[in-house]
Amino acid sequence: MNLVNIFVKAIFIDNMIFAYFLGMCSYLAVSKTVKTALGLGAAVIFVLGVTVPVNYLLENYVLKAGALSWMGAGFAEVDLSFLAFIMFIAVVAAIVQLVEMIVEKFAPALYGALGIFLPLIAVNCSILGGALFMQERQYSNIAEATSFALGSGVGWFLAIVAIAAIREKLRYSDIPAPLRGLGITFILTGLMGIAFMAFMGIKI
Amino acid sequence: MSTATAAPAAKPAEGLFSKKNRKLITDPLNDNNPITVQVLGICSALAITVKVQNAVVMSLSVLAVVVVGNMVISALRNLIPGRIRIIAQLVIAAGLVTLVDIVLKAYVYDVSKQVGVYVGLIITNCILMGRYEAFAMGNKVWPSALDGLGNSLGYAWILVVVAFFRELFGSGSIMGLRVIPESVYATSGGAYFNNNMMILPPMALVIVGIIIWIQRSRNTKLIEQA
Repeated sequence: MNLVNIFVKAIFIDNMIFAYFLGMCSYLAVSKTVKTALGLGAAVIFVLGVTVPVNYLLENYVLKAGALSWMGAGFAEVDLSFLAFIMFIAVVAAIVQLVEMIVEKFAPALYGALGIFLPLIAVNCSILGGALFMQERQYSNIAEATSFALGSGVGWFLAIVAIAAIREKLRYSDIPAPLRGLGITFILTGLMGIAFMAFMGIKI
Repeated sequence: MSTATAAPAAKPAEGLFSKKNRKLITDPLNDNNPITVQVLGICSALAITVKVQNAVVMSLSVLAVVVVGNMVISALRNLIPGRIRIIAQLVIAAGLVTLVDIVLKAYVYDVSKQVGVYVGLIITNCILMGRYEAFAMGNKVWPSALDGLGNSLGYAWILVVVAFFRELFGSGSIMGLRVIPESVYATSGGAYFNNNMMILPPMALVIVGIIIWIQRSRNTKLIEQA
């Protein structure tokens, strides 16, 4: 039950885009058509689902104060948490590269769909953001962390697909020239954010 | 908007502040603003603009990381192999951000707690990677430093303007100092309420949208062709 709760909360209440503005750069740049938005959204779910659990293990068995105690009593005092940023981003960059190679080898069709988006994702703030929120919220086991990661990914996916659909329709509307493109997208995202706030406080 | 341009113009000679170099600083303030035109670095820009103080601290952190990072990468640009340049850039950025994070924790602990994960997210702030990749990899150290400075100032003024409006209307104060007097509030007999909407995340987006609107209606060459 708790897992479902974390999942739903990450999608609707703590939505990566509407509540934390993570991954806004690619959200704005790649939301011109629904097709590319679907591709990037799927890639984000996938990469978040892989990197957050790995970073969870790293955090709890290497970086945290006392996390190294499994190596022997002498290591019980070691606190490597100042290395968190470097380790997390290295893991993200490495896994993205690895995922790209694996997908290219074993699922060429998927690679065709996700291909160009995968390298972009290494610098998508939502991926590192997922790892940092995981660290901040201290999930008690890896299942919870994974469920949070997948929920965040799905939330991001929903947001980018929704805005892409709106932007496709927007082509036919008469927007004041200076507001066209970027400006109206910002305001629309704000309005969608207000709509998403209706989910606040939901518990399953 | 263009107050920062006056300083370098004051000392003409030296060549350090030649016309081309000055342009590196002034361009990102308006024509090539990282947030409203290049659409970089929005990720961490919006969330920390509830208070002006946080926005200033965040801007200074980004300034430090972009300027120093630009210089380091520019100095190393002939040594970094092309294929692993992204990882090299990320590692340099992560190292600098770790330093900034530790400094913030030591000197402004309150702000550091409020800014929270967003300091870590400076690493993936697209301004950083954008400037490292687009400018520092192909230019000498001094222009890279100026480019970093210009872009982080362009980032900073948007942040401060957004934070100014959000704090003014959302909390009735600026930099923590009360601007709207206590006596007009409904709680002490007046009729004024803070607009709590301003504190919530969506309003940051709307304010940036409006800034873009105003900027583009004054600077018509930025208008996007549909």
